[in-house]
Amino acid sequence: MTTSIEEAFAQSPVQPQIRQQVLILYLGTSALDSNVIGWSRYDGTGKSKPTMGDSDEPPYRTGVDALIDGWRLIQLSQLQAHQPGHEYDVSYLPYEFVFERLVQI
Amino acid sequence: MAALVDRKHLLSSVEMAHFVSHGSVMLESVVPAELNERAIDVFDAGIPGYSYGTPLDEAFPPGTFVRELLDLPAVAGAIQSLVGPGPRIDHHAVHIRPPHGGDAQNMHGDAILDTRTDAFDVQLMYYPRAVTLEQGGTLSVPGSHLRKINQTGIGRYQNLAGQTRLVCPAGTVALLHHGIWHGGRRNDSDNKRYMFKIRFNPTVRQLRLWNTDDIDDPGVIKELTASFGWLHANEGRLELVNRAKLWRVLTGDQLFDLDYYLTREQLRPQFVAPDATDARLGSSKRASGWNF
Repeated sequence: MTTSIEEAFAQSPVQPQIRQQVLILYLGTSALDSNVIGWSRYDGTGKSKPTMGDSDEPPYRTGVDALIDGWRLIQLSQLQAHQPGHEYDVSYLPYEFVFERLVQI
Repeated sequence: MAALVDRKHLLSSVEMAHFVSHGSVMLESVVPAELNERAIDVFDAGIPGYSYGTPLDEAFPPGTFVRELLDLPAVAGAIQSLVGPGPRIDHHAVHIRPPHGGDAQNMHGDAILDTRTDAFDVQLMYYPRAVTLEQGGTLSVPGSHLRKINQTGIGRYQNLAGQTRLVCPAGTVALLHHGIWHGGRRNDSDNKRYMFKIRFNPTVRQLRLWNTDDIDDPGVIKELTASFGWLHANEGRLELVNRAKLWRVLTGDQLFDLDYYLTREQLRPQFVAPDATDARLGSSKRASGWNF
């Protein structure tokens, strides 16, 4: 017996009082203990709305400091080979680390 | 701006170097109060649009408010230094943020990814009224203009170390490289925020268009090597390489370098030292092969 996609996705989550907060840190190198040069936050509780230019000071000095404070690393960027002929080109920030934590609403 | 600007009003080499590293030049309080007062009515009424690439004389002939603004010696001198005489108007826009109005934009670069490395457009931003922190002036990221990104692909970047929120007195004109990362912030004040933007396209090669009397001033290298918080990173030296490349374009000096990066790359001697190179070659057999 199957249900419709809509019904399946309308089910309550196992932990209905839990929401995800996301922290993205851009670090100076690929090392998690290097310095934070950029940061972004998204709040799944809906209680706050972080936005562009909302702070001048990073929330942590390094990526490891975020771990120590309870954030869980869920993704880090791959190291990309430099494209021949474009070795000196600069583009998007290459060292992106995505963290999450689960909070109660 | 039809005639060439007097040399004394052009940017200096140190100021041009500042533009190359920061992606901007600020002319604070350069517009007189009387013009700032008139600007409000002009901007409230709106300024007609023109086709892309309209000559300046056609879009803003003498006698118009905008031409009066652009003919101010310091403004005219800076524009001529950056894009040369007779630029074309790419487009222009009046941006008015109502009190407590609008959401912050996501960070972006204007237009689309621009592949040019041997030319650039300049965006003039004019603020007829003082901009306070509360009014949410434009946020920009110094030094970001040489990075190849497309539009709001950088929208995920909320804050970068060393970013600047524009705060300026009335009558300030900012001139920005087209590639600068930026975004408009929310206006949390009780006052309207006015900004008038014009994008200029060059019609001449951007070669030594400024006053180069101070080309050997140590301040040039100091400006070219300026660093910002977000560049305390693995890519900081690559930024210097790209600035050196742009300085080569602007000065015509193909040997210019910062540090030794571009010079080192060209060290590929082809001369074979007759006594030092041994004459003997080893045998060069292929491998025996699979299943041998």
